[in-house]
Amino acid sequence: MSATVVDLKMGQRGIIKTCADDILPIKLLELGCLPGNEIEMVQIAPFKDPIYVNVNGSHIAIRRATAQLIFIDILEDA
Amino acid sequence: MSKSINVALIGNPNTGKTSVFNQLTGLKQKVGNYPGITVEKKEGICKLPRGVKAHILDLPGTYSLNTTSLDESVVVELLLNRNDKDFPDVVVVISDVENLKRNLLLFTQIKDLRIPAILVINMADRMRRKGITLDLALLEKKLDTRIALVSTRKNTGIEKIKELIADYKNLSNKPNVDTTVIDPEYFEKLKKTFPNEDLYKLWLVITQDVNFMPIEKKTIPDTASFSTKSKSELKRLQQKETILRYQFINGILKEAYKVDLQAARGFRATLDKILTHKVFGYLIFFFILLTIFQAIYDWSSYPMDFIDEQFAAASEWVKDTLPPGVFTNLIAEGILAGIGGIVIFIPQIAFLFLFIALLEESGYMSRVVFLMDRVMRPFGLSGKSVVPLISGTACAIPAVMATRNIENWKERLITILVTPFTTCSARLPVYLIIIALVIPEGRFFGLSYQALTLMLLYIIGFMAALFSAMILHRVLEIRSRTFFVIEMPNYKLPLLKNVAYTVIEKTKSFVYGAGKIILAISIVLWFLGSNGYSDRFAQAENLVKQRISENGFTTYNREDIAEKFESYRTELQTGPALSEAQLNDSLTLKMESLEFRAQRQEIASFKLENSYIGNIGKAIEPLVKPLGYDWKIGIAVLTSFAAREVFVGTLATIYSVGNDEEETIKNRMAAEVRDESDKPLFNLASGISLLLFYAFAMQCMSTLAVVKRETNSWKWPLAQLAIMSTFAYLIALIAYQILK
Repeated sequence: MSATVVDLKMGQRGIIKTCADDILPIKLLELGCLPGNEIEMVQIAPFKDPIYVNVNGSHIAIRRATAQLIFIDILEDA
Repeated sequence: MSKSINVALIGNPNTGKTSVFNQLTGLKQKVGNYPGITVEKKEGICKLPRGVKAHILDLPGTYSLNTTSLDESVVVELLLNRNDKDFPDVVVVISDVENLKRNLLLFTQIKDLRIPAILVINMADRMRRKGITLDLALLEKKLDTRIALVSTRKNTGIEKIKELIADYKNLSNKPNVDTTVIDPEYFEKLKKTFPNEDLYKLWLVITQDVNFMPIEKKTIPDTASFSTKSKSELKRLQQKETILRYQFINGILKEAYKVDLQAARGFRATLDKILTHKVFGYLIFFFILLTIFQAIYDWSSYPMDFIDEQFAAASEWVKDTLPPGVFTNLIAEGILAGIGGIVIFIPQIAFLFLFIALLEESGYMSRVVFLMDRVMRPFGLSGKSVVPLISGTACAIPAVMATRNIENWKERLITILVTPFTTCSARLPVYLIIIALVIPEGRFFGLSYQALTLMLLYIIGFMAALFSAMILHRVLEIRSRTFFVIEMPNYKLPLLKNVAYTVIEKTKSFVYGAGKIILAISIVLWFLGSNGYSDRFAQAENLVKQRISENGFTTYNREDIAEKFESYRTELQTGPALSEAQLNDSLTLKMESLEFRAQRQEIASFKLENSYIGNIGKAIEPLVKPLGYDWKIGIAVLTSFAAREVFVGTLATIYSVGNDEEETIKNRMAAEVRDESDKPLFNLASGISLLLFYAFAMQCMSTLAVVKRETNSWKWPLAQLAIMSTFAYLIALIAYQILK
């Protein structure tokens, strides 16, 4: 099982591997949610939903269900 | 003189597009709606060098030309339709220097439509702090355009935009990116089928309905039949297109855009940590809500009282100055009262929009959406509905107007429809007097029953709003964006000018948009209340005088006069000594004035009873009887349509007591008995029934007028009126029948 964005802890970063592109809103792609780009968890709301991420310089809030469609490699803290 | 240049402002949200628009047009702007839909249309005129004029259209913010909402499809429809009267001669794309990469995605799409485009890079004042350097010459060359580096905050670069617009004929209209490489075979086929059309334009038309709804394909017919690819295939191609564009943009920015990442962090991260914190975030939001609430509930009461007094004085002045007659009455009691009823809302509207503009401008509103999303989701609403719903507790009118900030039309409509359930301040006078009448004094765990009842009414209001939102969310079939992606913009110090524009524009749109309807209805209500068809109405004065001379005043007035007279006598006797003659004179004068007052009140009461409204009230008595009301309450409920608090004043008139003393009205109401028995009219059953009726009924013409304006149709306010009032009637009926 590959990790998704929801597996990131606050402040942790990851590199996007693949997106479930036919279900993921096009808006996310336009905002820079594309394979190869870095994504950072900025804040997690109570009940772990929604989440606030920084992807490729775009600061956006998305719901947990959407975040689970974005597969990543978690970057270990340097 | 040549015709003016059509300019369209396009840009991502949060790039300061509205600031640029304000700077270009000043207050020469017009805000309306696109025909048939509720997307706001902002236009303005801008004077360019050499006497040329530009017609500026501020299009809704969008991230790209792939539409996912009604707002965005407005942009695409316009850009695809060369015959539209607003079709731009030149597009000005507004971008934010910190998010240039993402902003350029939209720019390249517009370039590829072969529409001349100017690039505005806004927020230049932040470059140094964020460690950004730009090679403008290189950018202009690679993007094949002209660029204006602008700071709306520092007011620089605006003249450059004007120059570039005036010079639009020299712009290139060559595309940036060759989209056909994402699937050469497919585009080859497309070209064969539609040899005369631009390929990128075709591609846009075909892909619009993948994410949202089909746009009106009036520009290129028959494209609907060209469906050789499935939706998910098209979606994959769109992703390829997006990647292709980003490759192009990254290639350029690598050379022309340098950012020192060390400088870029800090302030924003710290603020976000606090403002979206699991505990502090909510505390801060709660505190902000309290402040807003305090402002519209409490601070605005000072200017409102002032306005109220001024209009009352003006009305008196008209009555004293003009010759008495229908015309004078129309001005004093119809028109002036109506205008006063409009102006009185301005302080609340101005205060609320002052705060909303500050929240939006600073970037805080997006954090609210983040914080409240989970809470509001079960009701089909998002965090953006919180501010309107809470401010509805002061007044539904500014609250309904505040829903403009909700981009999603379905969410906005639901918020508009349910906001009038929240307990607004106009319900308070009605609640207070009825609670004082029917709820016994006493305490429950240290809280008085009366206070508890009031609190329960507030809770009931919120519950009604939330649950009807939940139902509407299921019932309403409106296609809207189903996903949730909210950009969290940078924190900015709000620009005073933008805040001021928002406040002025909202106030204007209320006064001119909803004001007409409010004025019309209040004139109608005045007419119905001060005219009657019967002889009894025409002869009111004589009939009442005759009745008084034969039977004396009503029991209540007789006792009231006697009481006031006695207390005056005691007052005189305990005061400085007077001679017998002086004393008698004073007493006679007092008696005359008391009798005159009582006579005037009885005439007013008699007139109201025999006016059209009185007739209607009597006619609907069978309808309100099962709720525990008599025709007098029926009339008060009807006149409440002007504003709920009128209820108390109307009852005062009907019971022919002065409406300036709350205690008197309350005592008079307590003394009222039912016709058929000696039981008091206002008891627990009828009181609760009335309270619940006022909690749920849509009884505010001003709210209806605003809803009409905000939804751009009579359908929704009328539905609101019908459904809320029926619901209120049924609940009040059940309550009375159970409790009686």
